[in-house]
Amino acid sequence: MEMMDETSSGLLFLFAACCGLLVLATLIGEVLRARLPRTGAHLVVETYLTRVNSWWGMVFLFSLALLIGPVGIILLFAFCSMAAMREFLTLTTKSKADHWSLIAAFYVILPLQYFLIWLGEVGLFSTLIPVYAYLMLPILSVLRGGNKQTADKDFLARISETQWGLMICVFCASFIPALVTLDIPGYGDRAPMLIAWLVFVIQMGDLMEYFTGRKFGKRKVAAAVSPKTLEGIGCGAAFAAGLGLLLTWMTPFSPLMAMVMALIAYMIGVGGSLVMAAIKSDRGIKNWGHLIPGQGGFVDQLDSVVFAAPIFFHLTRYLYGG
Amino acid sequence: MRRFAASIVGKLLSLFAQILTAVRADWRGIEPVAKQRVYYANHTSNADLPLIWAVLPAAIRRDTRAVAAADYWLKNKLRAFIGRDVFQGVMVDRRAEHRTEDPIAKIVQALDEGSSIIIFPEGGRNRSEDPLMPFKSGLYNIAKERPEVDLVPCWIDNISHIMPTGEVIPVPLACTVIFGAPVHVKEGEEIGPFLQRASDALLELIPNRGSA
Repeated sequence: MEMMDETSSGLLFLFAACCGLLVLATLIGEVLRARLPRTGAHLVVETYLTRVNSWWGMVFLFSLALLIGPVGIILLFAFCSMAAMREFLTLTTKSKADHWSLIAAFYVILPLQYFLIWLGEVGLFSTLIPVYAYLMLPILSVLRGGNKQTADKDFLARISETQWGLMICVFCASFIPALVTLDIPGYGDRAPMLIAWLVFVIQMGDLMEYFTGRKFGKRKVAAAVSPKTLEGIGCGAAFAAGLGLLLTWMTPFSPLMAMVMALIAYMIGVGGSLVMAAIKSDRGIKNWGHLIPGQGGFVDQLDSVVFAAPIFFHLTRYLYGG
Repeated sequence: MRRFAASIVGKLLSLFAQILTAVRADWRGIEPVAKQRVYYANHTSNADLPLIWAVLPAAIRRDTRAVAAADYWLKNKLRAFIGRDVFQGVMVDRRAEHRTEDPIAKIVQALDEGSSIIIFPEGGRNRSEDPLMPFKSGLYNIAKERPEVDLVPCWIDNISHIMPTGEVIPVPLACTVIFGAPVHVKEGEEIGPFLQRASDALLELIPNRGSA
């Protein structure tokens, strides 16, 4: 009970801090808007304010889920996974023969994955998708499409793209709420704090990378697909590590370890963003979806955290037990 | 009472379509304004009509009626309720031997009463591998009768993957309804070239991406 209170007060503190930052961000935006001439709204300011409003929504939903506890967090991420996979699989190669494997992915694998997380069955939730789904879904597809006169067209492309959608949007994303299943000695049931820490550190690092990259960025790291620069990533990494250190109290880590973990999570996150940008550029789209005003879709918002989550989970589990 | 039930069911269907597919409209060639139009769309599944229904602004939706196949929609009471009351269907019989009224006359009458029309000019659900089947003559005849009304091509994107013909369980993929620039029949234009032009205008709306 005492532990839970500590978690709640920590989360409330974080929530208050986020609200403070957002109030500041909103004020800056409103002042900028008020200063501009009435005619011809400034596009950059408008986009910025739309984004700030979306952040308000996300902070509110995320805090609510964290305060409800494990069930709230699991449900929130199950919903995010659904929305993300809908965006992802909309753009993949598929045919009529894949209908049942897509149905299985959405209505069986996805809920089952989150149910296993709720049960805390690490062995099962880490094999469900890479073993069972990966082997069973192609079998469904071949049984439905293999009876044609001609070859089953694009078979390998179809099954692998569906599998990657499951991997990114369900498997990887589910490792964020899976952090609550960790039983770290001396950390009690404060695992929701670890989720808040991970998401916060990566998102703030991303934000810093975005601003500094725009201002001082010169050397692009993947010019064909992304505007990310070496300078921006450097600043983002430093900021993420600093923030990770500052928020060590939320984690079971030592201060040095908190910095290292934040840095690792941020760097993998950047890699994830680049990979997702490459897929977008390959499919000729700018955003994955349109559901989050000013930010595109769920995949656009989650890409870095989703990549970082499984590795962060395993490192934490390996080094700190649970 | 029946009207009320129909409006509730209509709202539920469009809500369901929105939750499942996050459907949105892409008004590319025209603006969503209350102007009389004939919306013509590709047809691969029973979910097509609810999706167009869901993206039309409520003010436009109220005055929009779907051309529906009587032989399908009047088969049982539930279908009749949905087809006739919810979608305010203009019921036409696809089987010439069963017809008692001229379908074009019925559609033109609906236009003259001020309604907009949703029509699937392929005449049925597309079960082929091609994106569109050849159009039936209906669209041409309507255009000939009322040449001043805009014919608006609407491409329902991704529906063939959400619920392919013959399937009953929809996969929750994102869906977009793309509205193109209006088409009109030209002075003295023959049926063949016109239908080709209308069909091409619809095909042009297909977003290109690497899907099979």
